Amino acid sequence: MSSADTSFFGRLSWESFPLAGLIQTPNANEIVANAAAGVVIVGILVVVGALTWFRLWGPLWRDWLTSADHKKIGIMYIVFAIVMLARGVLEGVVMRAQQAAGPGDGFLEAEHFAELFSTHGTIMIFFVAVPFVFGLANFLVPLMIGARDVAFPVMNQISLGLTVSAGMMLMVSLLVGEFSTGGWTAYPPYTGAAFNPGVGPDYWIWAIVVSGIGTTLTGINFAVTIYKLRAPGMKFMRLPMYCWTIICSSILIVFAMPPLGVAALMLAADRYLDFHFFTNDLGGNMMNYANLFWLFGHPEVYLLVLPAYGIYSEVFATFSAKRLYGYNSLVIATMSIAVLSFTVWLHHFFTMGQSALINAVFGIATMLIAIPTGVKVYDWMATLFRGRIRFSVPMLYGLAFLMLFVIGGLSGVILANPTVDYQVHNTLFLVAHFHNVLLPGVLFGLLAGYNYWFPKAFGFRLNEIWGRITVVLWTVGFMLTFLPLYFVGLMGMPRRSFSWEDPSFHPYMIVAVLGSLVILSALLAVVVQLWVSIRDREKTRVPVGDPWDARTLEWSIPAPPPPYNFAIIPHVTDRDDFAAAKERGTAYPAPDAYEDITLPRNTRIGFILCVLSGVWMFALVWWIWWLAALVTILMLLSFVAWTFKTDIEEVIPAAQVQEEHEAWLDLVHASAPINRDFEISSENRGRAGPDLEVAT
Amino acid sequence: MKRAPTHSYPGLNLGRRHPGADKASEVVTFGFWVFLMSDLVYFGLMFAIYITMIDAQAGGPGPHELFDLKSIFAQTLILLTSSLTVGLAMLALKYNLPRSRIVLWFGVTLVLGLSFLVLEIRDFVAMADKGGIPQRSGFLSAFYGLVPLHGLHVAAGCLWLIVLGIQLRLMGLTDLLMSRVVRLALFWHFLDLIWIGIITIVYFGGLTYG
Repeated sequence: MSSADTSFFGRLSWESFPLAGLIQTPNANEIVANAAAGVVIVGILVVVGALTWFRLWGPLWRDWLTSADHKKIGIMYIVFAIVMLARGVLEGVVMRAQQAAGPGDGFLEAEHFAELFSTHGTIMIFFVAVPFVFGLANFLVPLMIGARDVAFPVMNQISLGLTVSAGMMLMVSLLVGEFSTGGWTAYPPYTGAAFNPGVGPDYWIWAIVVSGIGTTLTGINFAVTIYKLRAPGMKFMRLPMYCWTIICSSILIVFAMPPLGVAALMLAADRYLDFHFFTNDLGGNMMNYANLFWLFGHPEVYLLVLPAYGIYSEVFATFSAKRLYGYNSLVIATMSIAVLSFTVWLHHFFTMGQSALINAVFGIATMLIAIPTGVKVYDWMATLFRGRIRFSVPMLYGLAFLMLFVIGGLSGVILANPTVDYQVHNTLFLVAHFHNVLLPGVLFGLLAGYNYWFPKAFGFRLNEIWGRITVVLWTVGFMLTFLPLYFVGLMGMPRRSFSWEDPSFHPYMIVAVLGSLVILSALLAVVVQLWVSIRDREKTRVPVGDPWDARTLEWSIPAPPPPYNFAIIPHVTDRDDFAAAKERGTAYPAPDAYEDITLPRNTRIGFILCVLSGVWMFALVWWIWWLAALVTILMLLSFVAWTFKTDIEEVIPAAQVQEEHEAWLDLVHASAPINRDFEISSENRGRAGPDLEVAT
Repeated sequence: MKRAPTHSYPGLNLGRRHPGADKASEVVTFGFWVFLMSDLVYFGLMFAIYITMIDAQAGGPGPHELFDLKSIFAQTLILLTSSLTVGLAMLALKYNLPRSRIVLWFGVTLVLGLSFLVLEIRDFVAMADKGGIPQRSGFLSAFYGLVPLHGLHVAAGCLWLIVLGIQLRLMGLTDLLMSRVVRLALFWHFLDLIWIGIITIVYFGGLTYG
């Protein structure tokens, strides 16, 4: 090690900034790198400028950053996820452009291309899918189970802070130094100090460790929330399907995040302290890393897709105006998938030297997952059968999912056969497969949920026409981009190659890059939809709170919900309790008496830990040891200081609750109930009336 | 809303006085159990890694040259005794003894915890003198990945004892602090449990198979 060890700024120097590279060697590669850094800087300046211009710093601090309200934390998670989604999609487009520019070397350098696929995967999994899934869960779970908040509101805020600061490390890696070139899986020994002495893998390690801690805390929080905070009468078999999927996801997190943390910290020990967990020499064993990583990695994909299944279950039931078909079988299928997900990790490295017998066992276990998943698909189709179907935006996402996801699932069954996997592993066939399950599965589900619950969160509906445009663009864009990859994959094109020579790949690459532009326009259409919806919000307000004639508890309260969610905690007597109440005519009851409500008070601890953990990661990446030590002590001190606080709750007086609730009840009774023919008209104020025919 | 006393958490008499606080501490304690489960997975994986790496000594010193069972015996006695003293603090809480009794038992536990750490660090220094440093081999990396991780947990437990002791002196036996005492005791017993795994697998297992 050099003098960098002892210098004040560690190994940080002028050469660490991408601008230095542009000045020394101006070429397309450096221009792309600097443009990416420029976008980050411009983005920060625009946000800071807008906040200052509209004088929003105060409200941002008071109402959002220090809030412990699960609904606001959920919304912040989703905003963060969408920002990161924009970067992830742009990187995807650049990668497709690079491969379409061939045969030959394209316009990027190999290192830069490797950084792109590494950040793309890391961002899309850890900083888009996870925060989006748990952002929605944050918003929804307490509302669905009839609770006033999650079990640990402050820990929830800390989870958000850690996730965001870890995500910011990926943004910082654009501005200072470079990111890992080792893919989102970061296999050693390639990512070890011997082959990769730079800062790249260190950025990956600390982003993963810190966001992993945040996610683990979230998992604990939601498991406890659903176990312990259900409203009276909300038995397990009356839980909305979505909550079942979240409880399975939370269990997966509690058991599956530790392997990731262990693997990343062991890699850090190898890199920083010269340990020999995964090195080539002195007894290191890199297969331990592959096992640990995928022991996390496979449950991870299910902890992402199960909540999406939950969203589809709610959407299909609501927009068919029917009870969810086969509720019990869906619960059992969800739990089966959660358990099976721990038994299949080895299929990620069939080709790495196990015996044929072990491969066969894991191959069969993998194929078994198709059974509960198939049960789900049939249950959803049976829910649609003879329903009062409306082709609204969430439903359209759901239908696209049903058709496309089955293709992705079947290609998974093909890959589960070790002998086939030997032929297609490490090709674009695999890339096509996992995008085929993650886009129609997870992303479409999240977008369906975003469209479905947006009116609940903000009190007005999203624009329907632009919503349909987004569905078409995402679906077409997905098919154009990823279905050709199945073919080139079978033709033998390796994944992650920045350069290729076989001219027969070219037409497919051209189609794929066009598709990626359609996906980019789909992302823009999401922004336009939001913009148009905010502009026209007066016409689409649904203050009563039930615009879709929906079935679960969260729709029985105002939109947007008050900070305390429920003026009176509901007593649940049925699955789909709100739908049953509407059928009986007992919805919107006027309570006899009101009580004072205790809520968590605002706190700064989440924000403080967000900033400090960000500085901590940066100091570790750049070997600024004094700063890392200082910030470690500061984090410890600020947490201990927080434990001395006793004044952590505030009380909303019963009189205020009564006043607000009665004003809303008056509004409910003054609003005309509308039937489903007028669902997307401006007459829909959120009061659902009986339909022409009640489907059963 | 009244809750049946069956929901009250064992070892903690909140139920009769204050059903709301009882419910709250039940949620928090359950959450802590879930956290311990997650932490247990960390240790389980480190044990698995150690087992796979027992043979990866790469010509460096192995268990027979490095492990000092006398010191391990002393550490075991100290740690098991500290579990007893934390248990006595819990009993003091349960039978409404003066809070100075709880703080006293915390103090004894703290002294035991720190002596354990001193002995453990002395062991590491002795191992390093014989060339047993983590940079030497995969086996030693796995050893130093696992045993000091337990030591770090003990250190965190000691810090928690100090902070909670100060809080008990300053704020008295509030509902919040009572539930923290319960969780600290759980954590301390968890450390003991892991230590049993360490002597069985790391030390005895290492000496048997290494």
